[in-house]
Amino acid sequence: MSGILTANAAHRQKRLRRAGLQAFLITMSVIWIAPIAWAVYTSFRPFSETNRLGYVSIGGVYNFDNFVKSWTQGELPHYFINTVIILVPAVILVLLLASMMAFTVSRYSWRFNLLLLMLFTAANLLPPQVIITPLFRIFLALPLFAPLSDNGVFYDQYIGIMVIHVAFQLGFCTFVLSNYMKTLPKELNEAAVVDGASVWKTYWTIIMPLTRPALAALATLQVTWIYNDFFWALVLMKTADRFPITSAMNNLKGQFFTDNNLVAAGSLMIAIPTLVVFFALQKQFVAGLTLGSTKG
Amino acid sequence: MASDRNARSANATPPAAAGGVALSLPAPKKKHYSLLTRRDTITLWVMAGVPTLLVGAFILVPTFSSILLSFTSWNGIGPIKFVGAQNYVDLLSYKQFVPALEHNVIWLVFFLLIATPLGMFLAVLLDKNIRGTRIYQSAIYMPVVLSLAVVGFIWQLIYAPEQGLLNNVLGKTAQGDQISWLGNPSLNLWAVLIAASWRQVGYVMVLYLAGLKGVDPSLREAASIDGANERQTFRHVVFPVMRPINMVILVITVIESLRAFDLAFIVNKGLNGLELLSTLVTNNIIGETSRIGFGSAIAVVLLVVSIGPIIFYLFNSLREEIE
Repeated sequence: MSGILTANAAHRQKRLRRAGLQAFLITMSVIWIAPIAWAVYTSFRPFSETNRLGYVSIGGVYNFDNFVKSWTQGELPHYFINTVIILVPAVILVLLLASMMAFTVSRYSWRFNLLLLMLFTAANLLPPQVIITPLFRIFLALPLFAPLSDNGVFYDQYIGIMVIHVAFQLGFCTFVLSNYMKTLPKELNEAAVVDGASVWKTYWTIIMPLTRPALAALATLQVTWIYNDFFWALVLMKTADRFPITSAMNNLKGQFFTDNNLVAAGSLMIAIPTLVVFFALQKQFVAGLTLGSTKG
Repeated sequence: MASDRNARSANATPPAAAGGVALSLPAPKKKHYSLLTRRDTITLWVMAGVPTLLVGAFILVPTFSSILLSFTSWNGIGPIKFVGAQNYVDLLSYKQFVPALEHNVIWLVFFLLIATPLGMFLAVLLDKNIRGTRIYQSAIYMPVVLSLAVVGFIWQLIYAPEQGLLNNVLGKTAQGDQISWLGNPSLNLWAVLIAASWRQVGYVMVLYLAGLKGVDPSLREAASIDGANERQTFRHVVFPVMRPINMVILVITVIESLRAFDLAFIVNKGLNGLELLSTLVTNNIIGETSRIGFGSAIAVVLLVVSIGPIIFYLFNSLREEIE
């Protein structure tokens, strides 16, 4: 009898704990969603309505005016194009170069393998501000010919921003890809040699196809990171018209985004590509993040 | 001197043995090389060379230049003059330097004591088999994909003095009664830290969750058969097994706090209560008066504090290769 009672009590206690856990997690989730939800809510209200009814209020008119206005006044399409010009070649190049580097350090035993891998990884972990002062001078001095540059140097050019993204992200991508390639069987290389395949052919037709899952995850991650970068263009570009969209935001505010409702709509539109990653490519993104860290 | 060298080289390679040395050159330990044709070797050199050149020219050269330039008084024009440690002496009397250093430390401590543990705690809770765990995970992970610039703008909608959510909810919107969350230099760092943590918690949660998924379930079973409750199992079994991930998360937390820049810069260009080492360096370049030497000295301070965690990370993650 008492045994059944205590069992019941234990069961009740367990259920109570589960309920408490659910309540806690729901609260946390609501708190976490609230800032975005608030931005969405604000963005659908015309400024005149919030002025009339107060900022925290319900009712009145809801429409897409703020989105239309920030899209056209802020010339968002123009800045989106700037981002694409930098982003697409940067991601392709960084994956190509990192996979070549990873291929050589993970599939062949060079004397400097470890040293190079360490330098690459360290280079990626540095705060960008450590290198920015000399980099700024290098960009002003380093010649670059037309049509890649219209002023003869790397400074204030799309290609300059692209190059620094590639250089900076190479470390992380090489690290992840070389860990991944190390897990592929060694016999693949030997078989290729027996077949008389060249090094390039081994890389391109044997190793690269097998690395596809890691490449997909890294591509997702790199697109997000490069898209989200605020810093490089801020310092290494001068012409506001050339800024990629994330760096341009700061100029748009105050100039075109004159009220909070417009700021909300503009921010959300700028966030859309990353939100697509969140909803559609969550698995790839998380895989990319964890590929770099779960290897001990 | 010359005869000395001749004598030594004669000792090392007696003329008679020279032919033999040449014949046995493809040493057995370099087996891979012997399988490569000349063209393959060149291919490999190019494949490794181009990325190395890029990282070298755009990351490593500037890093070392920062160190060298920090000992000069260069202003970008004219000759580079060596001034010894003068820039570092000047730093101590530069009124924004000590606050910047303090704010970086506060940032780090806040992340270490609040954001990162909260992310780990949530990961442990969400790792359990509970209803709705996917939805909760998504909610907390959502800010991770957003840029810090967008995070900054979204939180300005909350912190704005008159139109912001927070003051409206607190009823502090009247002129003179408003709380200036981002303008008040004794408040704004904390306001920004909350916005930064909003993202950091999700980041840590995602990483830790992946680590927890990798823990061998039989370890937990064994612990529960031994009569350990959930908390004991985590403390004595799961947490120690997670050591490599714990280290990665520790390093990420430190590095992220040293990298803190975007939010402070978006709010007020990193001035008036939001000075950070990173914003000082940046303002020194994009400002009117660019003092290359002095700016480099600040960058070197940032480098010195970053180098410890970086080396720690390298040894931790490349341990197998090093051994």
